Amino acid sequence: MWKTILRRILIMIPEIIILSIIVFLLAKAMPGDPFTGSINPRAGVAQIHHLMEVNGLYDPWYQQYWNWVVHLFHGNLGESYQYNEPVTRIIGQRAVNTLWLSLFTVVLTYLIALPMGIYAGRHEGKLPDTVIRFYTYVTYCIPFFVILVLGIWIFGYVLGWFPTTGSVSPTANGTFATIGSRFYHMLLPGILGALFGTVNIVQYLRSEVVDAKSSDYVRTARAKGVPINDIYRHHIFRNSLLPIAAFAGYSITGLLNGAIFTESVFSYPGMGLLFVNSISYRDYTVITALVLLFGILNIFGTLLSDIILSIVDPRIRIE
Amino acid sequence: MATEKILDVRDVSTAFKIDGHFYDAVTHVNLQIKKDEILAIVGESGCGKSTLATTIMGLHDPAETKISGEIDFEGTNLVGLPEDKYNKIRGAKIGMIFQDPLSSLNPLKRVEDQIKEVMDYHTDLSSEKKHARVIELLSQMGIVNPERTAHQFPHELSGGMRQRVVIAIAIACKPDLLIADEPTTALDVTIQAQILDVLLNIQKENHAGIVLITHDLGVVAQTADKVAVMYAGQIVEYGSTKQIFKTPKHPYTRSLLRSIPQLGGESDDLYVISGNVPSLQKMPASGDRFASRIPWIPASDHEKNPQMHEVSSGHLVRCTCYKSFYFPDQKKKKVANELN
Ligand SMILES: Nc1ncnc2c1ncn2[C@@H]1O[C@H](COP(=O)(O)OP(=O)(O)OP(=O)(O)O)[C@@H](O)[C@H]1O
Ligand code: SF4
Ligand SMILES: [Mg+2]
Repeated sequence: MWKTILRRILIMIPEIIILSIIVFLLAKAMPGDPFTGSINPRAGVAQIHHLMEVNGLYDPWYQQYWNWVVHLFHGNLGESYQYNEPVTRIIGQRAVNTLWLSLFTVVLTYLIALPMGIYAGRHEGKLPDTVIRFYTYVTYCIPFFVILVLGIWIFGYVLGWFPTTGSVSPTANGTFATIGSRFYHMLLPGILGALFGTVNIVQYLRSEVVDAKSSDYVRTARAKGVPINDIYRHHIFRNSLLPIAAFAGYSITGLLNGAIFTESVFSYPGMGLLFVNSISYRDYTVITALVLLFGILNIFGTLLSDIILSIVDPRIRIE
Repeated sequence: MATEKILDVRDVSTAFKIDGHFYDAVTHVNLQIKKDEILAIVGESGCGKSTLATTIMGLHDPAETKISGEIDFEGTNLVGLPEDKYNKIRGAKIGMIFQDPLSSLNPLKRVEDQIKEVMDYHTDLSSEKKHARVIELLSQMGIVNPERTAHQFPHELSGGMRQRVVIAIAIACKPDLLIADEPTTALDVTIQAQILDVLLNIQKENHAGIVLITHDLGVVAQTADKVAVMYAGQIVEYGSTKQIFKTPKHPYTRSLLRSIPQLGGESDDLYVISGNVPSLQKMPASGDRFASRIPWIPASDHEKNPQMHEVSSGHLVRCTCYKSFYFPDQKKKKVANELN
């Protein structure tokens, strides 16, 4: 198992290098030069040439790439045009916000999806299963942003149960009040994200349970005289949950994509909203940093899935 | 000693629900098995052998199946027996070996845990004793390095090894009855022979009764004491192995025997039974089920509703028209056959 994990981590390294080269070349290909915003607009072409020379921008691309990587390792991702602040500082707080919201969403998703999927699978064809399947079909058919807009409209504006913007109330005082307020702000976007996120898991889990029920190894267990409840516990649930455990890593991708919608609709100050804003402001340094970050997180998500899978499924362990 | 009756199946039918209707897969089956006895059930694919086995094991979903008749197992009627009572019998008193060893084991559990599981429910052995029993069973199965195998996962084992594990599970609690549903079909020939040896050795030690389901008549001739020939859900001929192989009566039995060269005897040509076992929905509701596969026999020769007849002590055959049955190339021998 450790060999598999080590091998997987080794595979990840070239992935990240290739990703960083692509991101770097994309950043280079963006229009404009990095000084136009930060020096005297009346500076002559010669002066810009001089600055380019001094900053190594006429070096071959691999040399520049190397410099860029070195900067990266020093936590230097450049300055945001829009905020005139280091990119790291701008992303920092927002990343924390996104992290909390994503964590909350993912926990909620699994809390809802696992019992639903298992129940629907076990009681296949009964009324609750029909209701759950109806729910998943409906949610599947509605685009995510429609769910968000409907949700914010009904529960935020019409009923007024939840705040509709921000990540914390500006009037919250003291640690507890702040934590409470943060949680309150995460509730509605988290629930809506979870409702959407459950669909795949419920459908997948349900069909896994249904398949497992009629599998040969379950029949063997029944022939051993194992009571049906124990068969569900020791065989069916365990084997059906396994592929779901691996989903956890991949769900990072889904959460990041989701964050772009959720944070835009809820004006929640996280990386998703930052990304959308940076695009409309053409804040290239921020965009580059975010693309790199999203890319790395995706690679880590896949790695996480593979590691989980190699822990839970003996068949893919390489001895 | 060999007279103690363990299982008495009386007039058992099993019907599956297909599109809201029930169709018989097993129809009015009768059979008995005693201690130390091997009863072979033979018949083509789809004739209901597995269904009969799983009916005895009580593995059918009561909502989708209708089972009638009586299955007397050591004095208990298994038909309609509540699950909790059935669970005391399955694994403990009746062990079953399934057709496909590749999928019969849970891919995510170690061999040891899968064998121990059956002991968890039927014994109060300590964990160490269970481990010792696992090792004992695996060596009994002819596994050279039982400690190692016990620690492995099913995907690390070959088909033959997995089938040994499946057998080990079935016999772990020394059941009185062992149902083996084509235990060797999925394996190659040399392994088949080894597995059969293992089964026979176990029987010598445990004195269990074995129901051996197979469509390999060679295996039957070597191992079985009695044979039930099944066609389209019905038993068409029943008798000792000698009776079935030496004096086969029913056209279906004779067709089967004729389709294997070394045992047939009636002709040197390899015989192929035309057509297929009808599917459940297409099963003729009345009249004879095999008639369509021996089209050269005139309709007037078939019985409307053939019943079992005893032709000699313990040798039962469905219908009486076997007396006039002949193969197409035997037309002229008809009279000779009648003298049989
Ligand atoms: N659960 C089920 N629902 C509906 N029909 C079934 C079911 N199980 C089996 N059948 C049908 O019942 C008939 C008998 O099947 P069965 O598996 O008992 O045959 P078999 O003699 O064991 O064949 P094989 O040699 O291929 O194992 C077949 O026509 C099959 O399609
Ligand atoms: S009626 Fe008799 S001979 Fe004719 S098919 Fe049926 S069993 Fe065979
Ligand atoms: Mg079968």
